Amino acid sequence: MKLLTPGSELDGFTIGECIHSGGMAHIYHVTYAQGRHNPGFPMAMKVPRMASGDGAENIISFEVECQIQQVLAGSHVPRFVAAGDLERMPYLVMEYLAGRTLQHWLDAPQPLDVNVITRLGVAMARAAHALHLQNTVHLDLKPQNVLFRPTPGATEPAPAAQPLGAFGAAVLLDFGLSHHAHYPDLLAEQLRKAVGSPAWIAPEQVVGVRGDPRSDVFAIGVMLYQLCTGELPFGEPQTAAGMRQRLWIDPVPPRKRRADLPAWLQEVVLRCLEPEAAKRYPSAALLAFDLSHPTQVHVSERGTNTQATPFLTHVKRWIKAAGMHYQPSPVPSQQIEEVPIVMVAVPYRDATDATLYSLRQAVARSLGTRPGARLACVTVIPSSLSNTTSEERSETQLHRRYLTQLHQWAQPLDHPGRQSSCHVLESGDVAQALLDYAVGNQVSVIVMGAATHGLKTQRFIATVPIKVAMDAPCTVILVKQTLPFAQLAGAAEDDTDPRGGALVDPRGPGAALYGDDLGPLG
Amino acid sequence: MMVGLYRAEFSDMKLALLSDIHSNLHALQACLAHARAQGAQQFAFLGDLVGYGAQPAEVLECIMALQGEGATVLRGNHEQVTLAPPDVVQQIGDMGAQWTHSQLSTHQRNWLAQLPLTHDLGAVLLVHASVNEPERWRYVDSPMAATASLDAARAWPQVRYVFGGHVHAQTLYYRGAVGQLMPFQPQAGVAIPVPRHRQWLATVGSVGQPRDGNPQAMYALFDQSAALLTFHRVHYDHAAAADAIRRAGLPQFFATRLEAGR
Repeated sequence: MKLLTPGSELDGFTIGECIHSGGMAHIYHVTYAQGRHNPGFPMAMKVPRMASGDGAENIISFEVECQIQQVLAGSHVPRFVAAGDLERMPYLVMEYLAGRTLQHWLDAPQPLDVNVITRLGVAMARAAHALHLQNTVHLDLKPQNVLFRPTPGATEPAPAAQPLGAFGAAVLLDFGLSHHAHYPDLLAEQLRKAVGSPAWIAPEQVVGVRGDPRSDVFAIGVMLYQLCTGELPFGEPQTAAGMRQRLWIDPVPPRKRRADLPAWLQEVVLRCLEPEAAKRYPSAALLAFDLSHPTQVHVSERGTNTQATPFLTHVKRWIKAAGMHYQPSPVPSQQIEEVPIVMVAVPYRDATDATLYSLRQAVARSLGTRPGARLACVTVIPSSLSNTTSEERSETQLHRRYLTQLHQWAQPLDHPGRQSSCHVLESGDVAQALLDYAVGNQVSVIVMGAATHGLKTQRFIATVPIKVAMDAPCTVILVKQTLPFAQLAGAAEDDTDPRGGALVDPRGPGAALYGDDLGPLG
Repeated sequence: MMVGLYRAEFSDMKLALLSDIHSNLHALQACLAHARAQGAQQFAFLGDLVGYGAQPAEVLECIMALQGEGATVLRGNHEQVTLAPPDVVQQIGDMGAQWTHSQLSTHQRNWLAQLPLTHDLGAVLLVHASVNEPERWRYVDSPMAATASLDAARAWPQVRYVFGGHVHAQTLYYRGAVGQLMPFQPQAGVAIPVPRHRQWLATVGSVGQPRDGNPQAMYALFDQSAALLTFHRVHYDHAAAADAIRRAGLPQFFATRLEAGR
């Protein structure tokens, strides 16, 4: 494919300057030719190199990219504009994004701040999760393919001059090796072989597995390892046998290479790099969760260890890995549905024992069928509660108090192997705080009481549960109390559910409790 | 000239591909309505219009009318058996064949007898079973069988797409990286890009007798100008279709399998 001349026209696009001239493709700035309004964002055209002698895989990979790019949506991928006919004039026009790729951070002269590494990791994991939810696995995540948007609103200075800590959401590029579960996999073949970039490829990809979202978790792990240590965990093997080594070899613990790294971060990175996909984070959302809640990470020997793995262990694993072979992957969206993040909103006050009990039962049910699920218990306290002058009501004291309360509530839900954590948020707007938390952590299910968080005002204003249910990005389970303990005890409490209470009221159905407290929702 | 004009028109139309209707009028009507709602302007019936089900005459009436409006209709193995039902009932299908034969008018039987085994629409070749000796009704149920069918389709140099039925399952065969055919299980309702620079073979499933444990009817919709193929599953009143079979006195098994989709 010869270079396109700036100023020439192609299928209604005016070719601009050539931005990139790589081994696989040329990329040009383009605008719509006269007569069409530009879409409101800059555009770039990718034209694959397809001169005679070019490998067929390059063409197929471009076809895959066109196919997948067209159906992806959301802020973590460039927007699709147009694709040229593959037989006549192959090209792909998409949104041009200003920003820096991860390579920019890897090129930094000094070791990166842990906080910056963590935030880069969270951004990458969120972007990957957004992709997995669309039944697509990237399979070629590497520093050149992850771009970070400039911080929102920042126009000056130019992206390259921004400080290392200033960046926005991650955008994933180049879907040439990706896999979409709803389309035939054009890159698959009977003789399964490795498709990917040697430094970042996951062990299962080495044996030809395409379509497991945990392969992307592995690649993010490799990039986190690079950010932490400046080194590649498995080097850059040139042969298939070299790539197979990651099926049994542990990388050198990052803390051996950089002593000031916290153990929790090593724990997270090495969990991403587990040779067996089943031992990694089951979803990118769970990786993002751990990276954003360092104090909640359960640190095992994997995190604290600073010694290289003994030779004998590697030999044993090598024997095990020899049996590793291709297995088809389940559909990504189904696979990550099996490992949801379940969030429960526990009121910090005014909740009856019955409500708290029912809430816990509902959470136990939601978690029950999914051993890989993660639980996040959240309490929102009003900001006015804390008081900077009084020692007893200082922010930390209050947080500690409510955190303890939350831990006590959650304790019966503890289960070996289950990951759970407790969080006290401070906000004047309870519903918004819960929603923000759910969005920020890719929560899959929110469990909350139907009549908690301000029952008395229910008839007059949109209550917290209603607002959360209406605006939540995910499923919301509203729990009604099953056993009104307060009723059994005889004394009517303000917060009890009147209709539920009437069923067991010793005075018979329809007694006094049906008074003027009966709200529209019961 | 006329042929060329027809083909140019055809390529802009959405073509509904319906196979193995098996005298199931309820399923046929549901699929036709679904396809029309999806914008189908052309219909192709890929054989096995009759057999097993309770309403062969009504199904043929419907399909003959559509043929009058330009639909393509092919012959399947069940048409063959119905035209010459075995005198001695050897297997359960034979019983249905004799009954079906008795239900059809002479006109309908004559119509069945003249149906072709294949039909080519330019880039698209339609067949009931395999293009490789279509009269032998080979099952295209493996990449090897699909390869044989596609290889035989080389006799039509323009053909990029081979669509068939017979196996009662929806599968799309495509060429993988090295060139050999690979099977793909489609997700119902998802439009799959099938660009014409590759060769494709699809079995579109069965309208009237699904056997994958899901009683919903199957068909596929091909949009040639956009090069998209969508496999559909359509809900229909399978209980009514099963009742009709019982009322007609046909083997109970024909009815229960519709309810179970087995």
